[in-house]
Amino acid sequence: MLKKMSYSSFPEDVLEHVFSFVQSDKDRNAISLVCKFWFQVERRCRKRIFVGNCYAVSPRMVTRRFPDVRSVELKGKPHFADFNLVPEGWGGYVYPWIAEMASGYPLLEEIRLKRMVVSDESLELIAKSFKNFKVLVLSSCEGFSTQGLAAIAANCRNLRELDLRESEVEDRSGNWLSLFPETYTSLVSLNIACLGSEVSISALERLLGRCPNLRTLLLNHAVPLDKLANLLRQAPQLVELGTGAYSADMRTDIFSNLAGAFSGCMELKSLSGFWDVVPAYLPAFYSICTGLTSLNLSYATIQCPHIIELLSFCPNLQRLWVLDYIEDGGLEALATSCKDLRELRVFPSEPYGAEPNVSLTEQGLVSVSEGCPKLESVLYFCRRMSNDALVTIARNRPNMTRFRLCIIEPRTPDYLTEQPLDVGFGAIVEHCKDLRRLSLSGLLTDRVFEYIGTYAKKLEMLSVAFAGESDLGLHHVLSGCDSLRKLEIRDCPFGDKALLANAAKLETMRSLWMSSCLVSFEACKLLGQKMPRLNVEVIVDERQPPDLRPENFPVEKLYIYRTVAGPRLDMPGFVWNMDEDSALRLSRKGFRTI
Amino acid sequence: MSASGSVSTVSRDDNLVSSSEDSSCPDDSDLQLGLGLSLGGGGAGNSAFKLQQQASFGAQYATSLTAKNFPSSSSFSSSSSSLGKPSHASCAKRSADSVANAYSSQVVGWPPIRAYRMNNITNQAKSVATDEYNSMIEKNKRKNGVVENTTNGSNKNYGTGKTKTSLFVKVNMDGIPIGRKVDLSTHSCYETLAQTLEDMFLRPTINVTGISIQEHDTRVEATRSLKLLDGMSDFVLTYEDKEGDWMLVGDVPWGMFLTSVKRLRIMRTSEATGLGPRIQESSGRQRNKPI
Repeated sequence: MLKKMSYSSFPEDVLEHVFSFVQSDKDRNAISLVCKFWFQVERRCRKRIFVGNCYAVSPRMVTRRFPDVRSVELKGKPHFADFNLVPEGWGGYVYPWIAEMASGYPLLEEIRLKRMVVSDESLELIAKSFKNFKVLVLSSCEGFSTQGLAAIAANCRNLRELDLRESEVEDRSGNWLSLFPETYTSLVSLNIACLGSEVSISALERLLGRCPNLRTLLLNHAVPLDKLANLLRQAPQLVELGTGAYSADMRTDIFSNLAGAFSGCMELKSLSGFWDVVPAYLPAFYSICTGLTSLNLSYATIQCPHIIELLSFCPNLQRLWVLDYIEDGGLEALATSCKDLRELRVFPSEPYGAEPNVSLTEQGLVSVSEGCPKLESVLYFCRRMSNDALVTIARNRPNMTRFRLCIIEPRTPDYLTEQPLDVGFGAIVEHCKDLRRLSLSGLLTDRVFEYIGTYAKKLEMLSVAFAGESDLGLHHVLSGCDSLRKLEIRDCPFGDKALLANAAKLETMRSLWMSSCLVSFEACKLLGQKMPRLNVEVIVDERQPPDLRPENFPVEKLYIYRTVAGPRLDMPGFVWNMDEDSALRLSRKGFRTI
Repeated sequence: MSASGSVSTVSRDDNLVSSSEDSSCPDDSDLQLGLGLSLGGGGAGNSAFKLQQQASFGAQYATSLTAKNFPSSSSFSSSSSSLGKPSHASCAKRSADSVANAYSSQVVGWPPIRAYRMNNITNQAKSVATDEYNSMIEKNKRKNGVVENTTNGSNKNYGTGKTKTSLFVKVNMDGIPIGRKVDLSTHSCYETLAQTLEDMFLRPTINVTGISIQEHDTRVEATRSLKLLDGMSDFVLTYEDKEGDWMLVGDVPWGMFLTSVKRLRIMRTSEATGLGPRIQESSGRQRNKPI
């Protein structure tokens, strides 16, 4: 029982009760700054922690300040790790966090990790440390195998969610799914879509049969289509389904069985999976399409006519992920059929081909921006774009909040005028005042950055590649974008000046990534030494270490992030913290975390 | 023009962030924009990267880190640090015609598609080929207890639709922390694969802003061919197969290799013991398992 402070007009437990209605991190942080008393009350009752960069703070600092946390979310590697720009062994190990929380948070219920290295030992430690463990989400993680999953399945009696989205899982076989005890009935969400190996279908069926609260089931490719119907019949209450391979020989009995099973799933709102689609089987789920709000066809190599037909049955669609087989014609149909669309992602079917293989151009995106008034989130891969199209899109959709355009060939100009696309992207930032995320592509000069610095006041994340002409570009962004948290840049002629001139800005951001730019080793050292609350990390090529080259030589990869934890202790030999001197660097070689 | 050692060294006490104004910079607050096509020397490998020094962002830039400190092309003017507008964009545009059409397939991590997504497109193709090939292997095994070399695996029509699918695998080379990925589906034989890998790991890296990194590093040895396949060099090419074993590349038919390879490693020959006595053999290829 906490002591009540005599000078407070509110007893502590009343304050605590009031605070319990405030969930957002921003607001809780604000509360903690009101006064020392509120700081103490708040920190003792905070239940959920989000750490956007696991190296910004140490595990011990977290458990010391917040003693009663039930839910932790951590992110590790920089976003560009998704595209192979971060070498293996860079870091992002979760084990030290699990170890600290094992003693500090015995009542921990939820762990959510993104881009972290998770070992089997970590999973085993989770399984035995937290008696009331409920939620495990491993998003784009790696380093573990089915053996670690076995520990979770066997020991976590109260598990509700096991979500492995897009992680890399090593297959050590063994039937981990069968290790959920017969008494275990609390599963609500299971996502094993990323697993390369097979799971026992009969174990899965039995699991579904005894878990009446299952809402989300995302199967992996190895689950064959002819088994899907039975699984659906075990779980007709599903809200989210990811199919396995969606192909089989065309047989009417399989088809009608499947169609019947689907029609029983009246709650289905979201469909995904669809590897190896045989189009003839698509109509099997037409009966539930009116309820669909989310459809992920981004692995389905089906052609435009099939897509159009399918979409005509989905008037309530809010989110569509699809391959560029949809073409401009399909996007036009989408704009007509799906007036409630909020999010569109179009992925390239042949990203490395020199010539376009489908008729997908800027026109498709323009159509959708015209026809879908709620469209606010776009990821679009295409091969050509024009300023006119971008201006039109911007004017049509001032409610855009996330806009990521990838013109596949770097530095492609406006195809109509051969001009840079500065004006087009400028229109996007000018009209879309709530834009939070932006990715640029195509031919761009410093001017586009001037527009961004001037207009993009709510922008939180910016991704830049093969763009700009000089440091001025970077300076515009760093000095103008008030809300900027994450900036990632590759292959741009940005160097020392803008970085050094805006050093203070970097402490207001989560992180900055720059690779293949023109930042010198010397500037990195300076920044590292002058800014103690930043970690300035250079990823070196050990064949050609930067300290043996001219100091103004550009570093290949630079990652800067704010931290209160000082230089991290788990850097591999090819990551140098610029606050260190070389003697210290040599002495810490060989340090490894599990 | 070489790097001027005296100017480039900055002492620890200098606070470059608030250094004094470079007096030679013009007080020009207009944004200098332009696709100026003027470039001394032209061409991607020789492009003069010139820094725009705009007074509009004031006095706060490092005086020591001016363009002349980048040792490279002779088109730098040593006297004035206020340089023209070489717009990088135009340089790139010109080079784009000659070089960059192939860029997206050569540049690491571009277009920005997650490895997970690429692997999925890959796996759809692989599973079709693998199932058919495995059933053929089974038949052969039953016949005479030995897995014989067949060539039937090599020319499968991968993929279910019209898509030409890719087959990306990771490649690491001993001693180099930064791995790469290579698309095996763009190769039809071991020789082109080996050549590509040699290009990836030994050729000079062209920084896409136009400066060739290797140009400046006099310590880099002359490019030598790895000759990964003949067992005569310091390195051998190995791969990890589906069962987790490391095998020497080149022993099995290409098609069979494609269906079983998970990732590649360019290994030092000294570490490659136990992977089979291929160095002596030049013919009579057999599937060797590591001891």
